[in-house]
This record gives sequence, structure tokens and C-alpha cells, in this order.
Amino acid sequence: MNEGFEWSEHGSKLIEATGQTLYMVSATLVIGGVLGLAVGTGLYITRHGGLVQNKWVFAIVNLVVNIFRPIPFLILLFAVAPMTVALVGTRLGSTAMIVPMSVAATFGVSRIVEQNLVAIDRGVIEAARATGASRWRIITTLLVPEALGPLILGYTFVCIAVVDMSALAGTLDGGGLGAFALDYGYKRWNFGVVWVTVIVIIVLVQLAQALGNRLSRKAMHHH
Amino acid sequence: MSSIIEFRDVTKVFSGRRSTVTAVDHVSFSVEEGEIFAVIGYSGAGKSTLVRLINGLERVTSGELIVDGQDVVTMSESQMERKRRDVGMIFQQFNLFRSRTVAGNVAFPLKVAGWPRAEREARVAELLDFVGLLDRAHSYPDQLSGGQKQRVGIARALAARPKILLADESTSALDPETTQDVLRLLKQVNREIGVTVVVITHELEIVRAIADRVAILENGKVAEMGTVFETFTNPRSDVGRKFVSTVIHDQPRGDDLARIRSTHPGRIVTATIRDGSRLGAVLAGAGAKDVSFEIVYGGIGTLQSRSFGSLTLELSGPAAAVDEVVADLRGVTEIEEVA
Repeated sequence: MNEGFEWSEHGSKLIEATGQTLYMVSATLVIGGVLGLAVGTGLYITRHGGLVQNKWVFAIVNLVVNIFRPIPFLILLFAVAPMTVALVGTRLGSTAMIVPMSVAATFGVSRIVEQNLVAIDRGVIEAARATGASRWRIITTLLVPEALGPLILGYTFVCIAVVDMSALAGTLDGGGLGAFALDYGYKRWNFGVVWVTVIVIIVLVQLAQALGNRLSRKAMHHH
Repeated sequence: MSSIIEFRDVTKVFSGRRSTVTAVDHVSFSVEEGEIFAVIGYSGAGKSTLVRLINGLERVTSGELIVDGQDVVTMSESQMERKRRDVGMIFQQFNLFRSRTVAGNVAFPLKVAGWPRAEREARVAELLDFVGLLDRAHSYPDQLSGGQKQRVGIARALAARPKILLADESTSALDPETTQDVLRLLKQVNREIGVTVVVITHELEIVRAIADRVAILENGKVAEMGTVFETFTNPRSDVGRKFVSTVIHDQPRGDDLARIRSTHPGRIVTATIRDGSRLGAVLAGAGAKDVSFEIVYGGIGTLQSRSFGSLTLELSGPAAAVDEVVADLRGVTEIEEVA
């Protein structure tokens, strides 16, 4: 049965799988990106010396992030299944997979956001405060632009991790390229299909990285 | 003139887990409206903390601090935010927003103050013209030189028409020539716009160049305070004398003295020069008494538009005649024997 990749047989399924992967990855990046930005900013502003320093809020959020982040994605996927069902109505399919993927991405992104915000020169924040800007204005209008270049690179890094998650999620009834490689390649011992899938993923990842590099360079304004 | 900033027994204590540090220790002084007031001190003297109390970036622990008629000690954070619009600040490392253009940096305080867009744009253009950077409006800070960055810093600080400008070591990261440019600009801000300027520095040269009055800070306390002329010509505290000796070499010391001694065997005295010191008249008569003189060290400059300096002289001749000339010199100015 290992007859290789046949466009007539596999082509439409590959396109459909690629679409599902892009759907899962982009939805996760948006949801996890926004939630991670919020959690990461929360960590940054409540930490010692932060704009709204609060050791209890920081300690609790920090602990939650530390607990969730190291959980292997596969286990996390099982663990949040009740929440997935509550939110989406099913634990199967691409849409359902967005829930555990977003949870994992949120915690990953939050650390990246926190690290990049910490790198902002404190003098810049002080200069903004000296103009009379409220803390809320600084948080909402200054922090992200000042750290934008490295933040984009951080998001790009997360994007690639999310592609990885999506493949695993796919094999558990999530659809997408992972499921395609499993069902039409691995299970039928058809490595032509597996390798075509690998190439598609390499192309997707390269495109994401190139876009990330380009946007971050643009954001940094170094000439 | 009336006070625009008044410290009344102000103390700032930083409490850590194990230790507390008193950065500002029962400080009282006032800054007059329209002057350039300098606070000088070595690093760790508390001057950066002191200046941050004025705009509430650090809050006073005890005492009263009146800024433009209001006690900032009792203000809430939101009242303080409002107050900060009337107090501009520039920094050693400029602290520009790298994500915003030059125009965007200058516009920031105006957005904070709620200026409508059209007025904002006009004000930004006016300020960039004032600091000579109109053609760089759309550049980003990373594309500017240090001096240009500080000009943007000054434009940003002045944007919302503050009455007070705080300059925290604003030239310490600049080369000497650019430092002069920035100091000239600060002077212009003071004289032309009438902004009261508080300059924080560790260099007496800066004080000499632009300040009207100076306070010398040591260990969080004001060691002495006065007009720049008084302080330079007659420092009363140890730290004051130490600062002054770094810029004014009124007497030859150490190697300089040894070198002068080796070639000048006569009696060596240092004469203080002020406006109206009639040193020449006395020295012109020295020859008749058989005393010759040589100028071996010193210099004369101006400070706050007054003559100021010293000359060290070697007087040679019969001892009694030299004594007579020295006595005559004492009649016109202060004379110090050089060992």
C-alpha cells in the first residue's frame, strides 16, 4: 500500500488539512496571544518595583504560570477536556483543539511578554511618569510599543511551538496536518505522504519566521 | 522674586527589609521663581532622590514640600499626576521613547494633558524649531546623536508649558562641546521662556556655567548654599572647598609648587583678584623699593559677570622691602603666603 504521494488521491485532503492547521494555529495565536499578553503584563506591573507593585497578586499569578507551563501538552489536552466540552460542546475536531492549545499558548506567551517588558529601560517608564501620564496610560500605550520588536520575535517563537502542538492535537481527532500524516502516511506506511506533510510544515514555519523577523526589524527602527 | 519650590525640613527614607537609608535628611531651602538653581553633590549624596521629590516620582517621608503653591506631600497619586504636567524633567540617559518619532516624543506630554490634535501639532513644530530639530521630526531616537537626543528631551519636557524644569545630570553623558550646546539651550529656556530650572550635577563646571545659586548636598544634607559667586569665592564647608578646588587652582600645590620652588627662590604669595583689586598699582611701585616680581601661577576669569581669580607672585629683594610690598598688597586684596 506504500505507493507514495498521489495528488489525485491526497491533494484535496492535504489542502483541507493545511487549512485546518492554519485555522488552529492562527486562532490559538490570537486567543493565547491576547490572554498571554494580559497575563504577562500583569506579571510585569505587579512585580517588585513594578507600576502597580503587589506581591500577593504577583505571587499567585506567577505560581499559576509556573504550574501550568511545564505540563506536557498531551496531558494538558486531557486535563482541560471538561472545559473544552463546556466551551465548544465537543472535545473532538479542530475547534475543540483550540481550547487546550490556547491554554498552553497563554502561559508560554505570558513569560515571553514578561521577559520582554522587563527589558524596557526603567528610565523610559520614569520619563513617561514625569510627564504626568497615568499608570493606565503607560500600560496601555507605551509598554507594548517600546518592547514590540522583541515581542514579535517572541510571538514567532511561540507560533512555531503552536504548529508543533497542532500536529499532536491533530492525531487526537483534531484534524490538520498531524492527522493527515498519521492517517494517510504512517498508518498506511506511506512515507511519501509523511514527507510531503513535513515539507508543508517546513514551508509554513519558514514563512512564519521570515514574517516575524521582518516585522520585528521594522518595529525596532534602527535606521 | 518669590519661592516656587520650598523644602521645609524634608526627609526621605527608603525602608528595605533589613536596613533603612535616609537619602534626604531634614533638608530646607527654597528655589526662587525664574532662577537656575543647582544642586551639586557626589554620587550617593541624595541629589537624584531630592529632585524626584519635587515631581513626586519619589514621595516625601516627612516635612513639607511646596511646589508652585501646593504641598505635594499630601497629594494623592492622581493629584500628583496632574501636578507633574507643570514640572518638566530631562535625564542623563535622555530616556526617549524609542518606539516613537521625535515628534511623537514631544507630543506625548500634550496627549497626556489632553491637547487637541491641531494645537498639539503646532506646539510640537514650535518646540522642534526652538531646539533646532524641525528637520528631524520624523526620525526615531536611535537615529540621533546624544546632543540631539537631549534636545528632544528638552523639547518633550517643555511641551506642556511647565513652570519648572528639572535637569538630572542632563549633560553627564555628553561630550564637552555638546555639553556647552545643551547648557546654552537650558539658559535660553530660562531667560527666554522664564522657566525655573533645577539642575542636578556632580560637576562644578556646570554650576559655574549656568547656575544663579547652588546648594551643596552631602549625605542627604545641605552642606552649604548660596549664590554661585559666594560659593566659588568663599566655600564654607569641607565638601564645598573640595568641589571648588577641582575647578579653581587658586594656589600651586604638590608637583606644581615643587616645580615653581625649584626655579623661584624668592618669597611666594598668592593674591586674590576681584573687581577693583588694584594689584598693578602696588606692583608698579615695588621697583622703587628695590623689589622685583614675577607672576608664576594663576588666572583670572569671570563668574556671574564679575572678575574672579588669583595670581601667585614671586617677590625678590631685600627682606624688609619685600615685607613692605606684601603689606601694601594686603591693603588692596587678600594675600596668602605659599609655603
